Amino acid sequence: MAQFDVIILGGGPAGYVAAIRASQLGLTAAVIEKDKMGGVCVNIGCIPTKALLHSAYVANLVKKEAKELGIETGPVTTDYGVAMRRSRKVSDQNSKGVDFLMKKHKVTLIRGTGTLKPGKAVEVNGEMHTATKAVVIATGSRVKGLPQAGLEIDRKVVISSDEALFLEKAPKSVAVVGAGAVGCEFADVMNAFGAAVTLVEVAPRILPIEDVESSDALAKSYKKRGITILAGAKIVSTKVGANSVTMVVEAEGKTHTLEVEKVLLAAGRAVNTENIGLEAVGVQLTERGFIKVDLATLQTTVPGYYAIGDIAGPPMLAHKGSREGTHVAEVIAGETTHAINYSNIPSVTYCHPEVASIGMTEEQARQAGHDITVGRFPFSANGRARTSGETDGFVKIVRDAKYGEILGAHIVGTHASEMIHELAVARENEYTVAELDRAVHAHPTLSEAIAEAALDAMGRVIHA
Amino acid sequence: MATQVVMEALSPTMEEGRLVEWKKQPGDTIVVGDVLAEVETDKAVMELVARVGGVLLGHLVPAGTIVPTAEGVAWIGAAGDAMPGAVARAVTPDAPLAAGAGATNAASAASAAPTSGVVATDLVGAGSAPAASTSAAAGTLPVTASPGALKASPLARKMATEQGLDLRAIAGTGPDGRIIQRDIEAALVGGTAPRLGAPAAVVAPPAPARRVTTDGPGYEDIPLSQIRKTIAARLVQSIGPIPTFYLTADVDMERVAELRALLPPEPKVTFNDIILKSVANALAQHPECNAWWQGEHGTIRRWHDVHLAVAVAIEEGLITPVIRHADRLSLREIATASRDLVARAKARKLSPAEYTGSTFSVSNLGMLGIDEFTAIINPPEAGILAIGRIEPKPVVYDGTVQVRRRLRITLSCDHRVIDGAVGARFLQTLVRMLENPLALVW
Repeated sequence: MAQFDVIILGGGPAGYVAAIRASQLGLTAAVIEKDKMGGVCVNIGCIPTKALLHSAYVANLVKKEAKELGIETGPVTTDYGVAMRRSRKVSDQNSKGVDFLMKKHKVTLIRGTGTLKPGKAVEVNGEMHTATKAVVIATGSRVKGLPQAGLEIDRKVVISSDEALFLEKAPKSVAVVGAGAVGCEFADVMNAFGAAVTLVEVAPRILPIEDVESSDALAKSYKKRGITILAGAKIVSTKVGANSVTMVVEAEGKTHTLEVEKVLLAAGRAVNTENIGLEAVGVQLTERGFIKVDLATLQTTVPGYYAIGDIAGPPMLAHKGSREGTHVAEVIAGETTHAINYSNIPSVTYCHPEVASIGMTEEQARQAGHDITVGRFPFSANGRARTSGETDGFVKIVRDAKYGEILGAHIVGTHASEMIHELAVARENEYTVAELDRAVHAHPTLSEAIAEAALDAMGRVIHA
Repeated sequence: MATQVVMEALSPTMEEGRLVEWKKQPGDTIVVGDVLAEVETDKAVMELVARVGGVLLGHLVPAGTIVPTAEGVAWIGAAGDAMPGAVARAVTPDAPLAAGAGATNAASAASAAPTSGVVATDLVGAGSAPAASTSAAAGTLPVTASPGALKASPLARKMATEQGLDLRAIAGTGPDGRIIQRDIEAALVGGTAPRLGAPAAVVAPPAPARRVTTDGPGYEDIPLSQIRKTIAARLVQSIGPIPTFYLTADVDMERVAELRALLPPEPKVTFNDIILKSVANALAQHPECNAWWQGEHGTIRRWHDVHLAVAVAIEEGLITPVIRHADRLSLREIATASRDLVARAKARKLSPAEYTGSTFSVSNLGMLGIDEFTAIINPPEAGILAIGRIEPKPVVYDGTVQVRRRLRITLSCDHRVIDGAVGARFLQTLVRMLENPLALVW
């Protein structure tokens, strides 16, 4: 039996960050992890998919643009297995990096599955560990099937991202069910590696939580690359065979029969609330099955027990979990800390072109009753975008008409994921469109499009 | 970057000051604490001191100008800095514009205005020209005051400018006390921040709680007649700076007690809340008691609305949070407001704007078992009401001796403002209200 100030259940991006921050604040911390450190993000989520997406990006670049750029390549072939093994290496390096960070910050790593016990205790492999200050639950989430559509993950023909990340070769054909960030990213990867991709989405458009203009821009780009999109779709029937799936889908008034080698399910995730002893300590869940927390302190319904990351509620994003990790450690250490601004968390889909956003969509802003003005700037009018032949997409800023408050920003473009943070910083500091413009932007850069969109929102765009 | 020197509120009630004399001239080296100017406040001639060091870049107003608090009067910066550009807000109509004053500084060429370190502008969109930029030269950007180390987000600054709020009176809840959007929104809802930017000729009330529906400044200044001046002079000779007299009344509180028993338990309405509501209503009927003595200006200021100060004992002594527009609030709103203010007063969480600018005060020592007492007037107010304890006493009622709950209240009056009969009539109204609390719903 060992005693720590803080015991954290789960070594993902929420849990391990909480441990480091707790240690920085002079607390002794232990992380309980049954698998590799870094959680889904590092091992079977953010990191390996981005490695594959980079392969996909280069494949498209070489296949479609090398010649125009003055590079003769001869016939180009792709090998998903090689790309996959590279992505594994990247993940393993990152996971080892987290191990190193645990050592560096003197965080005790306990291998095994933890079960919560009353009195701020956690049992691991029959051994009891107690926390003097707090137990933090950060057990995350996992992929889930779609039984209502006859789709249970069998890990062979009906797969999830967990399996897709370890395939030796790309399937000849794949139906990706769910066109959120994960579905759109895998559609991109599979398409680049030669699969015939059909993207199936129940909502009326792909990336349904993004601004409608972002969805439309990505749909246009996908269609150009030969990805079939069935939005507003209803899966009528599914027949899972040994090596293929037959799926009947109704979309836009037509019936489509899909014969595919694999179905990749990317429609939501389930939280890991089972078998960790929540009932034994009396931690309550929300109606949607997340752990109920006070958003200011992240404390659960039981004093001394906190929850962070996916399990504490949406958005299920690594960077949201990491911020909660920092925050919860500060709360537990008694630091004066500001509540997390959940309305200012960027959302990014790393497909090509990338889609990034922060704050409200135009529609949400209108529904919230704001009097708004929208500023837009297309990358086709941006010098730097033209130099690299990446003119798809735009920057869109939704501003409050009266004060110029930046209510939301939406970027579609090759480097949208990197550009969105100018808007994140601006919003966090309550800069208005006027300050966005006033900051001099280097020329030529893609970021000039942000300044131009801000100008457009003030009715005085220069380059369009 | 240059720092603007603003007219500071040198007394709790000061809304404007006359810049009597500049003690530092453009080009002078300034050390923190240096006296920059002499300022005549509503009370006395006081010193305006430097909060930052550097070189005085220039004056924004000449000596003799009346400047509302928080308006800029000068700039301090590093040697060689250009003086920031024209101040676009309406200052005293006859005061020269900042650019003119700035020109006296050799370092500030006239062309400095458009290129200088503008702090924050309003020009966020074609359709949102700032309301106050009436005197801004074409092409120059209006500058908002940047007093010292005040931290506020650009959005908060824009909202404050647009709404005419004084940022210095708003408590920031952002990182390191930065004033952010929600603080402005809270101030707009709660009315805790004094407003800026009213032309000096028509000074805004110190802290209107909400958008008051009446137009105009919220009070009327009554010029002192010769007889009033004589009364004032003689009384002060006789008894002291504030010639106070006291009026005591005995109030039957039975019906108030009945009323209170009928009210819902939440929010809790105390006897004191009902007394506050009655005082506010009675003052609305007797505006001559809802007034400030401003002898040095030759006027008595009769306030249109009642801003009721409530004396609260705290560890360090006494503080008087103010219920704004108490006459416009329902009993329930008064109960809620007073509970909030008292709690925050005890926690020392009040902003200055929340304990200044009252028009009348109430002090209650009943809970400490005091039968009756006299309270000391809080100038420039003209009256304060002292509330004793409510106690069952034998009284003659309806021709028989009965035991009834009674209360003794004592009004302290500044005789220069309130004459005996005037105070007595106010007290009579108040007693009538308390004894017939249905009057509260009139």
